[in-house]
Amino acid sequence: MTISIDPQKTNNESLQPKGWLRYFSFSLDHKVIGIQYLVCGFLFYLIGGTLASAIRIELASPMSDFMPRDVYNQVLTLHGTIMIFLWIVPVVNGAFGNYLIPFYVGARDMAFPRLNAVAFWLIPPSGLMLVASYFVEGAAQAGWTAYPPLSITTPQSGQIIWILSVLLLGGSSIFGGINFIATIIKLRRPGLKLMQLPMYCWAMLGTSLLVVLSTPVLAGTLILLSFDIIANTGFFNPVLGGNVVVYQHLFWFYSHPAVYIMVLPAFGLVSEILPVHARKPLFGYTTMVFSIMGIVVLGLVVWAHHMFTSGTPPWMRLFFTIATAFIAVPTGIKFFNWVATLWGGKISINSAMLFSCGFIINFVFGGITGVALAQVPFDIHVHDTYFVVAHFHYIVYGGTVFIIFSSIYHWFPKVTGKMLNEKLGILHFIITFIGFNLCFAPQHWLGLNGMPRRVAEYDPQFQFVNQISSLGALLMAISTIPFLINVFLSVRNGKDAGDNPWNALTPEWLTSSPPPVENWEGEAPLVEEPYGYGKEISEQK
Amino acid sequence: MTTLDSSKEIQKNNSEVNETHEDFRMFGLITFLIADGMTFAGFFAAYLTYKAVNPLPDGAIYELELPIPTLNTILLLVSSATFHKAGKALLKDKNSDAQKWLFFTAFLGIIFLICQLFEYFHLPFGLTDNLFASTFYALTGFHGLHVTLGTLMILIIAWQSRINGGRLTSQNTFPLEAVELYWHFVDGIWVILFIILYLL
Repeated sequence: MTISIDPQKTNNESLQPKGWLRYFSFSLDHKVIGIQYLVCGFLFYLIGGTLASAIRIELASPMSDFMPRDVYNQVLTLHGTIMIFLWIVPVVNGAFGNYLIPFYVGARDMAFPRLNAVAFWLIPPSGLMLVASYFVEGAAQAGWTAYPPLSITTPQSGQIIWILSVLLLGGSSIFGGINFIATIIKLRRPGLKLMQLPMYCWAMLGTSLLVVLSTPVLAGTLILLSFDIIANTGFFNPVLGGNVVVYQHLFWFYSHPAVYIMVLPAFGLVSEILPVHARKPLFGYTTMVFSIMGIVVLGLVVWAHHMFTSGTPPWMRLFFTIATAFIAVPTGIKFFNWVATLWGGKISINSAMLFSCGFIINFVFGGITGVALAQVPFDIHVHDTYFVVAHFHYIVYGGTVFIIFSSIYHWFPKVTGKMLNEKLGILHFIITFIGFNLCFAPQHWLGLNGMPRRVAEYDPQFQFVNQISSLGALLMAISTIPFLINVFLSVRNGKDAGDNPWNALTPEWLTSSPPPVENWEGEAPLVEEPYGYGKEISEQK
Repeated sequence: MTTLDSSKEIQKNNSEVNETHEDFRMFGLITFLIADGMTFAGFFAAYLTYKAVNPLPDGAIYELELPIPTLNTILLLVSSATFHKAGKALLKDKNSDAQKWLFFTAFLGIIFLICQLFEYFHLPFGLTDNLFASTFYALTGFHGLHVTLGTLMILIIAWQSRINGGRLTSQNTFPLEAVELYWHFVDGIWVILFIILYLL
């Protein structure tokens, strides 16, 4: 059975407000929704970043003198939750996915445009709820993991609002995932084969599978947790015969795949950016695809490596150590493929390229500490220390956030039709890269020497290294200034970009900048070789 | 859009009207049901883990009565069959037959919910008595929520399959197929739940 393009939708489109106002409307256009995700996520990034700065100011001295201890716990809870659920997941999936995937599959919109708009509009209210939970009596202070018994022995209204907010954000994420799977599998332009898709499509397909399979488990877990708080049941309360470790299993069944939900799309984006700016085909397309799917499968069976100190039996430790170590194989393949893509390429040193290279450097470092953390004897010593904090931020900031910035520099000309200022962009990269490494590299040392995480006070012997780390955090805070100036100046009077400033071959560059409402003026082009860069150069010569 | 001249505009609109694509709403629904199934899988996993590692305190083991849940299992299995009959009738343009079968299916769903509530009121334990009681109510309650939503949706499509002016016709069977798939899914979950919770 076939259906014609929804006529109601086209009618709606003409009723939609034009210009700036459409970004505040229930728009069904995937490009508008993508930008809504990006800008909304960035605003929450600024809030989360302010909280991070507050944490680093507090940690510049050993005593808790900047804020009381319970406020510190509330601030770190809010920082973690905002950054994961409102910045990284929505932006790296929702923003870039919505903007790019319909172009890549040669479609005019996503498979379910209305569901798409609903998924986005769940985010601002739940984000505001999350921020509001800080101001009610007894804000959530159990960290982004909300481990019981801490989250239920302090049964307070803030924790309940926190749970509701995360449930809504999970729902938004699932709707998005369903939409991406349907779009990539079912909405491909006739004649476009799966193995001709740009790599970001594969990354989003893998990510969406993880979203659909694991996010519902988190939702169920949080519902049980809220029963424990509201109705006084004992699922996770040992006093009432419950079991806290069950919560940890269920929670990490989502939250380990969540790491891949945050980082797989970044893998896809960097695979789009590197070939363009190195003027070379993506090295090892097929191995890339199989690595992504390998990561999806393995990513679902490694969760208990977060729980080696939770009384896990030896067979479980052995299994999850081996499974986790195996993930290094597909990840390593991808890493070598990126390096091989750069190798011998005609590399342009611009902001997008610099951020991508920064990603590769940071990510391999975070990956190595990840393999180290998978080993039980080592993990038991550094569990819940700053070593884990450093590892995690190397993956999520040094990895994903670097790619988010790289992608903004790469696709800004397409979205706005204007170029970003390269000098400010390179300045942004230099401050971010130095600030990031200054902030998080010393934390490995702190963790190895036994500084626990999530505690407002610490042993005075760690003060000097903590101050270096705080200095790095200051630089990271400063680094957003040139970026914001750059965006505002370029939107107002940037250089005109033209349709294809990078001479890229992927389909989104084959339409005008900014693209028309339904993406193409005629039929969607069939791009059989999205990475055919070598040929193009030889033809030009 | 401002860059297009008017002739192109017309061309574009024409191409839009003629463009068709495959109907993949069912595909989206199946993906959603997989996600929904994972929520149940999480609950089942939690229940089985509790059963294995968290022994109940002495004297807290409750035997569940089997007659009502067995009746409920039969009710849901029969309702799956009657729903299927409704779909067949609709395809043959027999809207009034379809409507009858749908109302009968909804009726079976309501009976199921009444039986469930009857069981709740006659159980010797409440929600917070012990871990087993809590998981029992969480699992059956979450499933009961699904049955409630399903029954409401069946009533809606039964209303839509009325002969004059209903949206549901032999040309537009998607709403019925979608709710039917959802209903079979809820039945399937019940069978698993019945085996794990009552029989094991």
